[in-house]
Amino acid sequence: MALHLIDYVVLALYFGFVLGIGWFLRKQVKSSADFLTSGHSLPLWITSLAFLAANMGALEMIGMCGSGAKYGMMTSHFYWVGAIPAMLFVGVFMMPFYFGSKARSVPEYLKLRFDEKTRGFNAITFAIMTIFSSGISMYALGILLQVIFGWSFTFSVLASAGIVLAYTYLGGLSSAIYNEVLQFFLIVVGFAPLAILSVYKAGGWDGITTRLSPVMTQSWQHMSKASDNPMGVEAFGLFMGLGFVLSFGYWCTNYLVVQRAMAARDMTDARNTPIVGAFPKMFVPFIVIVPGIAAAALATMGTGYAMPMKGGSPDYDKVLFSLMAQFYPSGMLGVGLTALVASFMSGMAGNVTAFNTVWTYDIYQAYIRKDAPDSHYLWMGRMATIFGVGLSIGAAYLAQSFNNMMDFLQLIFGFVNAPLFATFLLGMFWKRTTANGAFTGLVSGTGAAALTYGLTLAEGKGGFLGVQHTFPSSMAQNFWVAIMAWSVCMAVTIAVSMMGTARPESELVGLVYGCTPHQTEEAQWYRRPATLAILAGAVCIALNFVFF
Amino acid sequence: MLDLRKPAGYFFGLLGLLIAGTGLLADFKAPMLEGNLNLCFGVFSIAFGGVFLWLSRRS
Repeated sequence: MALHLIDYVVLALYFGFVLGIGWFLRKQVKSSADFLTSGHSLPLWITSLAFLAANMGALEMIGMCGSGAKYGMMTSHFYWVGAIPAMLFVGVFMMPFYFGSKARSVPEYLKLRFDEKTRGFNAITFAIMTIFSSGISMYALGILLQVIFGWSFTFSVLASAGIVLAYTYLGGLSSAIYNEVLQFFLIVVGFAPLAILSVYKAGGWDGITTRLSPVMTQSWQHMSKASDNPMGVEAFGLFMGLGFVLSFGYWCTNYLVVQRAMAARDMTDARNTPIVGAFPKMFVPFIVIVPGIAAAALATMGTGYAMPMKGGSPDYDKVLFSLMAQFYPSGMLGVGLTALVASFMSGMAGNVTAFNTVWTYDIYQAYIRKDAPDSHYLWMGRMATIFGVGLSIGAAYLAQSFNNMMDFLQLIFGFVNAPLFATFLLGMFWKRTTANGAFTGLVSGTGAAALTYGLTLAEGKGGFLGVQHTFPSSMAQNFWVAIMAWSVCMAVTIAVSMMGTARPESELVGLVYGCTPHQTEEAQWYRRPATLAILAGAVCIALNFVFF
Repeated sequence: MLDLRKPAGYFFGLLGLLIAGTGLLADFKAPMLEGNLNLCFGVFSIAFGGVFLWLSRRS
């Protein structure tokens, strides 16, 4: 890729606007709530696109394009099965309790529903996860800037960290959210031309289906047995592992995304945030996965395009770059690369803003200094932003030392989010759940995840306690680790809760489904969460049928 | 609170001007590209930015 002045100018223009938004918003930050939770002031279209963009990190853009080339249309399961149902569920059923309980964070909801130790466990594991996630984004961005612009790794990491720090320090969560929305639009307009050009060059979708085997262009027809498809996953594992436990665990309990919905102006907007976000989310595969499938077709056509190789086998992580190099001239190349940088930065900023809130409210205020004036917590929120970015830089260097850091992170998600979803499901919908049941279930579920990983093997990973079963792919292993963690947490929470005494119903109003009076939705019928969720669900089902 | 449509409109408008200008003045090529992608994208981006600015003025 040969870059020209215009490509650097596009990058500089983007950096200028991102910093400008942070600078403008600094005047609006007057309290810790303004800085850490946006003071419940953001309109629906902003919160819903931010809900979506906080999850659209560059690792996803690069990884999904590569998975498109490797697994084909089955990769769409990560969206149409692994995201949309959970986004609709959190909007319709869970957001009333997150928003209605007046909790400032997901761990704080756990404190209100259960007790301090359950909140502490979740706050600490979540803080560690966000630092690792942010560090890995920073590491990947550092490598990208090093390869493309020729900057040193250290300069690349410090420059990207400095920009994210500047705009989150100045404008807090509002600044991060506004920039995520700008980044979302840039990602869409930066990658959409690549999807159009690559599919057109491959002869359209008809041309692609005639050149590739059906397993690459159909999403469901090869799922009856794990050995029938390149993912090595069967329908039950997909539904339970990805479609239920991992997906619901991520979208319904991860404060990184839930925080965006909680920044909405009122209950209806908070509930509609993930539901409205589901509409663009279900079309994201067309700009990230389809170009990868088109690349696989182009490689068979003798058009001059060849799949990037590494050590004699395809290097799927480089498919996106190879397509950009083939289709984008200088100028447009700058737009595409800036879109990639934007997606890294939105992932980083999302993690940093979630970290500073959980640190300030759920760790510092809860355990270190309880009754300080609000100005002190605002100061602590800003300090947490600085040391959150600092720790992320450390995690970026740690990621440089371990070549399987990403696998490690995926595993941590399965260990933490999967049992947490069982805790939330019981906590919100079964009034009999006790604090001791929730805490014991969480710890047992995490232990079950470790045990399952230790007793199984996939692609050389796991099996440190003796191999009892071998999975065809690490994806299948991750799904089953999550299923076991969720099931054990569920069973232990129910068993321990049955042995204890539940809290009186009067204390659970606004926290548990059966104890909270049903509120009549006042919005017009077409703005109601249930209506929008039914519509989104119908469109998603239709997409599955089109690519069945 | 900031109306994001304004900065987004200015950003995409300016980006469009830069890329369309590049499409008109420079002859950058890509191996598998036919046509002037920079000019097409630039015009689209100017219009996209214009829509944002129009929406922000309307409210």
